[in-house]
Amino acid sequence: MNSLFLLRNFPLFPDEGSTVARNVDGLFFFITAVSAFFSVLIVAVIIYFFIRYRRRSETEAPQPIEGSNKLEITWTVIPFGLVMIMFLGGAYVYFTMARPPRDTMDIYVVGKQWMWKIQHPEGNREINELHVPVNTSIRLTMTTEDVIHSFYIPDFRIKQDVVPGRYTTMWFKATKPGKYQLFCAEYCGTNHSGMIGTIYVMEPADYEAWLSGGAAEGSLASQGQKVFQDLACNTCHRSDAQGRGPVLDGLFGKPVQIQGGQTLVADESYLRESILNPRAKLVMGFEPIMPTFQGQVSEEQLLQLIAYIKSLGAPGEQQQQGSINTPQQSNQRPTSVPTSAAGANRGGAPNSNQANTGAANQTRTPARQGNREQ
Amino acid sequence: MIDAASMGGDLPVVPPKDNYINRAYSIKSWLLTKDHKRIAILYLITITFFFFLGGAFAVMIRLELLTPASDLVQPETYNKFFTMHGVVMIFLFLIPSVPATLGNFLVPLMIGAKDLAFPKINLLSWYILVIGGIFILYAVVAGGVDTGWTFYTPYSSTYSNTYVMAAAIGVFITGFSSILTGLNFIVTIHTMRAPGMTWYRLPLFIWSHYATSLIMVLGTPVVAVTILLVGLERVFRVGIFDPAIGGDPILFQHLFWFYSHPAVYIMLLPGMGVISELITAFSRKNMFGYKFVAYASLGIAIYGFLVWGHHMFTSGQSIYGSLVFSFLTYFVAIPSAIKVFNWTATLYRGSISYDTPMLYALGFIGFFLIGGTTGLFLAAIGLDIHVHDTYFVVAHFHYIMVGGTVMAYLGGLHYWWPKLTGRMYPEGWARLSALIIFVGFNLTFFPQFVVGYMGMPRRYAAYPDDPVWQMLNVLSTAGASILGAGYLLPMVYLPWSMRYGKYAPSNPWGATGLEWQTTSPPPTENFEETPVVTWEPYEYRPREEKVVVNKILPTD
Ligand code: HEC
Ligand SMILES: [Cu+2]
Ligand SMILES: [Cu+2]
Repeated sequence: MNSLFLLRNFPLFPDEGSTVARNVDGLFFFITAVSAFFSVLIVAVIIYFFIRYRRRSETEAPQPIEGSNKLEITWTVIPFGLVMIMFLGGAYVYFTMARPPRDTMDIYVVGKQWMWKIQHPEGNREINELHVPVNTSIRLTMTTEDVIHSFYIPDFRIKQDVVPGRYTTMWFKATKPGKYQLFCAEYCGTNHSGMIGTIYVMEPADYEAWLSGGAAEGSLASQGQKVFQDLACNTCHRSDAQGRGPVLDGLFGKPVQIQGGQTLVADESYLRESILNPRAKLVMGFEPIMPTFQGQVSEEQLLQLIAYIKSLGAPGEQQQQGSINTPQQSNQRPTSVPTSAAGANRGGAPNSNQANTGAANQTRTPARQGNREQ
Repeated sequence: MIDAASMGGDLPVVPPKDNYINRAYSIKSWLLTKDHKRIAILYLITITFFFFLGGAFAVMIRLELLTPASDLVQPETYNKFFTMHGVVMIFLFLIPSVPATLGNFLVPLMIGAKDLAFPKINLLSWYILVIGGIFILYAVVAGGVDTGWTFYTPYSSTYSNTYVMAAAIGVFITGFSSILTGLNFIVTIHTMRAPGMTWYRLPLFIWSHYATSLIMVLGTPVVAVTILLVGLERVFRVGIFDPAIGGDPILFQHLFWFYSHPAVYIMLLPGMGVISELITAFSRKNMFGYKFVAYASLGIAIYGFLVWGHHMFTSGQSIYGSLVFSFLTYFVAIPSAIKVFNWTATLYRGSISYDTPMLYALGFIGFFLIGGTTGLFLAAIGLDIHVHDTYFVVAHFHYIMVGGTVMAYLGGLHYWWPKLTGRMYPEGWARLSALIIFVGFNLTFFPQFVVGYMGMPRRYAAYPDDPVWQMLNVLSTAGASILGAGYLLPMVYLPWSMRYGKYAPSNPWGATGLEWQTTSPPPTENFEETPVVTWEPYEYRPREEKVVVNKILPTD
């Protein structure tokens, strides 16, 4: 099939800009080949029959033919086998798309009629543009303020609906620097076709330069911390286990026991629900006293809060989110967190982002147990 | 049992003195008729009107897309065009198309009955369609709807400022029309078959209508309720689909596609039934693997209910859910493939004529091959992620719906035209229009596969200013003009033939179905005396001489 890959430089074929694009196109060529082979075969047979058995006299009455078990089985089994290969191919490609690798750089997307609002963990924001470093796995956590949209980058062969009231995620790893088209693929009202943008894939150094050009408001986590204080979350959630709510340090990515006996992993969707609809899932050992923040936080603030909670003493390999290529960045981030208030409230936890990770993890369970006693 | 010699080509043909058309002439005699044949004609006129209305919107869509910018009309107008194109074409043309016209006319004739089981309900179902159509027309005239025919929430239930309610009520109402038609067919096929007309002697047209009716009766209530829920949420703000008031937008998609995927088969299966009739009649052969084709219809109808999630691979539904839906979708491909193989095999050693209906059947198979195999692309999840909601999908379903269903409908209309009207259509013109439609259709929709794989999303009033994209869109628009001309031709020569065409004999094609044993047009009672069936389906030559290639199933 390799000769078919020549098609990739053909003007009627989209560019291959991500690691999955190649797999998708491989599958495309396979199904095209099988389909074309059988279609041409059938059409050829039909045309041959049309000519060979054309009516030669008006009174012709051909002999009936009943049918053939063997043939029926043949043309059931062969197509079935072939479509099962297609199924497996599709499933395989899909799994590589649906499951992000372990180390991803997290970027947050909020759709809105009719624009894409993007927040980088470093605090940079952009609209209808997304700058990313090349050869880096990027994971987008997305939601929308209004109707369903769909984040679609044809050259990367990926698409994910963005659904109000929940997070959906997608990931990609761009392979070539350049500009790529971004579309909204789910019809979302009047200006749906204007809800487009550009993906800028940059060399890591250029990306660094670009990053340092923005982010006046500090990192996403520090913005989240500010929201955390403004909404007085810190009156209940303290890292010294003395608050009325559970300690949030090290929560992200960890299993949580909820009332009713279930255990869930605290991912973005869980955090989102905990804030907007706290009673849906109550943490084991706590009273349902947390008020709902539905309507009080915007989608963007919610993402900031989540970024903040994620940054709280997260496990070592995850805390560097957003800076796989730029270790120096992650060193900057904690210092950009205003520490005074946070320090008082939370026993200096924000500063311990790096240093205390392991400890935060280990103390998590005891801390929660401590809480339970109240 | 009819052999070719009995078609009596040379005898001078005189029209039957008394038939369903000349029994009475008043408008009232048409509007209050209980005759399934007259009701079929009422449907025919109604859906032809809606076909051209939906077509007019298609013209506007194609004109706007001639240039990348949104310059002909405002985007909101464009959005209304594609919405109304979809709503009108699907709910008012494609769903009633073959079953309500040809099906209504032929189901009783083919099984040797005098009428459908419930003639009054049959008339009622036409009125229901008309009333639903009026609501939709009101929505169109009042200012349009812009939700897309899919009515996705929360856009439709909360955000759209257009005439969503009128259109939704219209869709809700038309649903009952197809439920009643389906019920009528099921009961009729079960209870009113002529003596000797066993299940395995039924024409495949009847089998496919039976399967279609099952979907109509089982599936349509779901979409009716779903649309009702959208209305409830829109008017009373009951939180069902809009997450802002506690609903779940993805729930709507599940409910909607639970019906709307099977609805694809409501539109397609009757067309497949027509093709089975055409292939056998114009090759003068019995259907190769009759029982396989018959059960393939039922298989498609039942399996069709299990695959709706393939419309939602990008919606964020569970990964494993998507896997199951992909797997089951590939299952549905098999009965469709079986049909194509059996149609092909039927031609083997046949006596094939190139009359217009056969040309349409040939076109159908070609389009269905492309439409069907591109379905294989869409069922592969990893590939669907890329092409979902692009022109690739648009091209795919037009190959099935227009290339498939409309070709079958037109082929069937030409084939049974002599029976419907008692006159022959002009063969030359008809062949020409079939050819024009074939060329125009491919030119319109094939480029859309290409631009779709390149990434052009559907429902875009404007697209990036890329010369290749524009070239493909211009080709598509050019094709659409040719296609439009192809569709207009029968609009001229078919009505013309009702006055000037040659009188048709009872059985102009020398075909075997019971419908050809009565006069053209048939009397109101269909048959002077109830026929007794003693022959196998499509028996163009007596059984004794039958060559058994590898006999599978004993005949009863
Ligand atoms: C009145 C005290 C109170 C306030 C104010 C409060 N919470 Fe909570 N929160 C709780 C309690 C108690 C729980 C545990 C019970 C539950 O799950 O609802 C909790 C649970 C949570 C959880 C889940 C924790 C886990 O371990 O699974 C998160 C996340 C959370 N809160 C975030 C917030 C954020 C963000 C804010 C501010 C916007 C906030 N909370 C404000 C009391 C509070
Ligand atoms: Cu959109
Ligand atoms: Cu479907």
